[in-house]
Amino acid sequence: MNLRALSVTRLLPVVAVAALVLILPLFFPSAYYYRVGALVLIFALAVVGLNLLMGFAGQVSLGHAGFLGIGAYAVAIGPVQFGAPSWLCLFAGAILSGIVAFAVGRPILKLKGHYLAVATLGFGLLVAIVLTNEANWTGGPDGMNVPALKLFGWRVHGSDVWYWIAGATFVGGFLLALNLMDSPTGRALQAIHDSEIAARVLGIDVARKKLVVFIISAVYASVAGSYLALFNGLVTPDLAGFLGSIELVAMVVLGGMGSIVGSLVGAAVLVVLPQALTVFHDYEQALLGLIVMVFMIFLRQGIVPSLAGVFAGWRK
Amino acid sequence: MAELLQFVFSGLTVGAIYALVALGFTLIYNASDIINFAQGEFVMLGGMTTVFFSLAGVPLPLAALIAVIVTTAIGLALHRFAIEPARRASPVVLIMITIGASVFLRGLAQIVFDKRFHSLPPLFGGEPIRLGGAAILPQSLVVLAGATVIVVVLWLFIERTLLGKAVIATAANRLAARLIGVNTRRIVDFSFAVSAAIGAIAGILITPITLTSYDVGTLLALKGFAAAMLGGIGSPLGAVVGGLMIGMIEALSAGYISSSYKDAVAFLIILIVLVATPQGLFGRAKVERV
Amino acid sequence: MMLLEADRLSITFGGVRAIDGASLAVASGQVFSIIGPNGSGKTTLLNLVSGLYTPQDGAIHLAGETVTGLAPEQLARRGLSRTFQNLQIFSRMSVLQNVMVGRHRHERTGIFADLLHWPSVARQNAATRAAALAALARVGLVEAAARPAGSLAYGALKRLEIARALASEPRLLLLDEPAAGCNPVETQEIDQAIRSLVKEGITVVLVEHDMRLVMNISDRVHVLARGRTLAEGTPHEVRANAEVIEAYLGVHGSREAAHALD
Repeated sequence: MNLRALSVTRLLPVVAVAALVLILPLFFPSAYYYRVGALVLIFALAVVGLNLLMGFAGQVSLGHAGFLGIGAYAVAIGPVQFGAPSWLCLFAGAILSGIVAFAVGRPILKLKGHYLAVATLGFGLLVAIVLTNEANWTGGPDGMNVPALKLFGWRVHGSDVWYWIAGATFVGGFLLALNLMDSPTGRALQAIHDSEIAARVLGIDVARKKLVVFIISAVYASVAGSYLALFNGLVTPDLAGFLGSIELVAMVVLGGMGSIVGSLVGAAVLVVLPQALTVFHDYEQALLGLIVMVFMIFLRQGIVPSLAGVFAGWRK
Repeated sequence: MAELLQFVFSGLTVGAIYALVALGFTLIYNASDIINFAQGEFVMLGGMTTVFFSLAGVPLPLAALIAVIVTTAIGLALHRFAIEPARRASPVVLIMITIGASVFLRGLAQIVFDKRFHSLPPLFGGEPIRLGGAAILPQSLVVLAGATVIVVVLWLFIERTLLGKAVIATAANRLAARLIGVNTRRIVDFSFAVSAAIGAIAGILITPITLTSYDVGTLLALKGFAAAMLGGIGSPLGAVVGGLMIGMIEALSAGYISSSYKDAVAFLIILIVLVATPQGLFGRAKVERV
Repeated sequence: MMLLEADRLSITFGGVRAIDGASLAVASGQVFSIIGPNGSGKTTLLNLVSGLYTPQDGAIHLAGETVTGLAPEQLARRGLSRTFQNLQIFSRMSVLQNVMVGRHRHERTGIFADLLHWPSVARQNAATRAAALAALARVGLVEAAARPAGSLAYGALKRLEIARALASEPRLLLLDEPAAGCNPVETQEIDQAIRSLVKEGITVVLVEHDMRLVMNISDRVHVLARGRTLAEGTPHEVRANAEVIEAYLGVHGSREAAHALD
């Protein structure tokens, strides 16, 4: 049994995903595909972060779109109200999300499953309420326009450019997540998921670890939200709403809780599907709910781990 | 003074609904340790189903009855088809299932009904009653009376009937209850059915005042849960007290501080309770046995 | 100086006084066993000592320091480790990873270093892996290292928990019924594992039902009945104690105990 192989498995998925991101555009017939691809990669980034929280550490967050909203509005409000460059606002948004995650997480992460779930639900709703109400800053329910990102004097726009930005960021975020899993913190998180009591008895500060992963997942979502806003040129409070949070959860569940590769799959399915089925829009909520229910009842591992299991069984 | 009375009354009215939602949570939680996120949808379904059946020409009382029956059936189906198959799963998974169910029901309501707001005619007319300078809607009194009746009936049932004792036994120790012959699966069925019925009735009663639409369930679930937490999760008395308190605090802060942040009150209360007294007002701190 | 001292501990659960004024003292390097009929409070006592429960009365001292009411993670930092009667295995992780988690208190961890996987993290991972393998070797589970923990047999899981607790290099190890549910072969393996620990100077507090194991291995035996100390002494003394025989060992049990000591 080759134990060194265990550490190689960290780099192999990253290379594979990076290759996928690089090669896929060869098959894109039009700019529209770049757009869909960019959206998938942006959401996948948020989903990776949420997966760290839900799949690895075993904590539920029903308000994660709130951090998406913070990141999105940071790059909308920052340039407009403060004249700050967009990239700086992106960082500011990420830091703000981290701080908010710290402030909110500290009291609520101490508690079990349903308390945490409801508290995060409330948090997400609260962010959406604030974004809707503070119209002077946020433009109210109709949202506001987002000035394009300017890097080194160039206006960053175009689906293809954003595809590469999102792709690079996703691969980076993917690598960081895999790194985390192969570290004392990562092992501690996985331990917490399986037995908090045993984790504590081994000296793990459970509350602190949960808080750390909550903050990390918030930052991932914030960056994704900022990208979304800059890419679309427009934000509305819906981005941070309940349905947005459920969509993220569905992506995690679909792809596989605890499977970082699954994050990409989950995001891909739930971004592409509405594009492919225009009737999807009316049925979206019902379908999301159904997906979460069915997967949680019958296919708890999600698509990727299940396929991996089938594949492994095959090879024997 | 009249203003204060006004807020108190509207707070109590809404609070009565939160209390009923919280009671539904508590019933299911006590019987099965599950927090049912779809609780709010039961309220929504009660109101919406009544509206649509009456719009289709069915006389109002019959429409209401049908709505309660339909919602109860949905509650049962939720337990049998969504929760029961995953009985042994971790709490996280069960929470996600009820969340999925909640969103599914919302989505279904959106398709089957529509996305608009709807109302129902109040039971005794819309002319406000003057009481101490405040204007009280007769429907408010109906809501308060209805909630009281439900709470009393439930209490009598739990305390005085054999089935009620079986529910308490199941809540205290499921294995022991099964060993003495209680069919715990039916008990949980029952708790889901009753919670759904209570929710539906609450929905029908409150719609003349607050209107209803396909998505009112989410906020109601949040507030009902906040109420259950405030009162102490698992305590029926706590659920009722918690509901009324949240309704009042909400109404008072909406009136005196800011009405646009009314919905944030429940969330803030959750945070405060979690930090200050996680077991709520009437709950008992549970010691986890290893 | 005693490594562990518990002074008149009491705790009540819902009206039942689970532990009522129990006191014990464990010297360094000893094997100290706690026995008693079912429901006598053995696991509760262990939970009190390991910080899972906070005593309502009484005090606990570890190497002279008062540690009453400290949380389990704080006790872990002071060199206390334990296993669980109802296994608390990290079933999703591999056997090796389970034991690696045991090394946690000896690992340096920083969030940025972990995210970026500095060379220091890689080096530490390798060191942790090596230490974990060594712990597995001591309980005879090296071949199973890469398997998911959930796939192991019951007896092996019990040994896995011991390995995991060992990996944290405790000075005091609490074992909660390590032989429970094990067949004679597995019990023998656990017996050997515990003996090798003791040889290295780790102090062991053992809660057990298996009289042969207890009498064979213990330096001192503490008998609990209904939350109170019934007797304490060497295995010989306890076995001969009339009260203990009556309350707990019974005729058959005392015969078995006598057999073990021959």
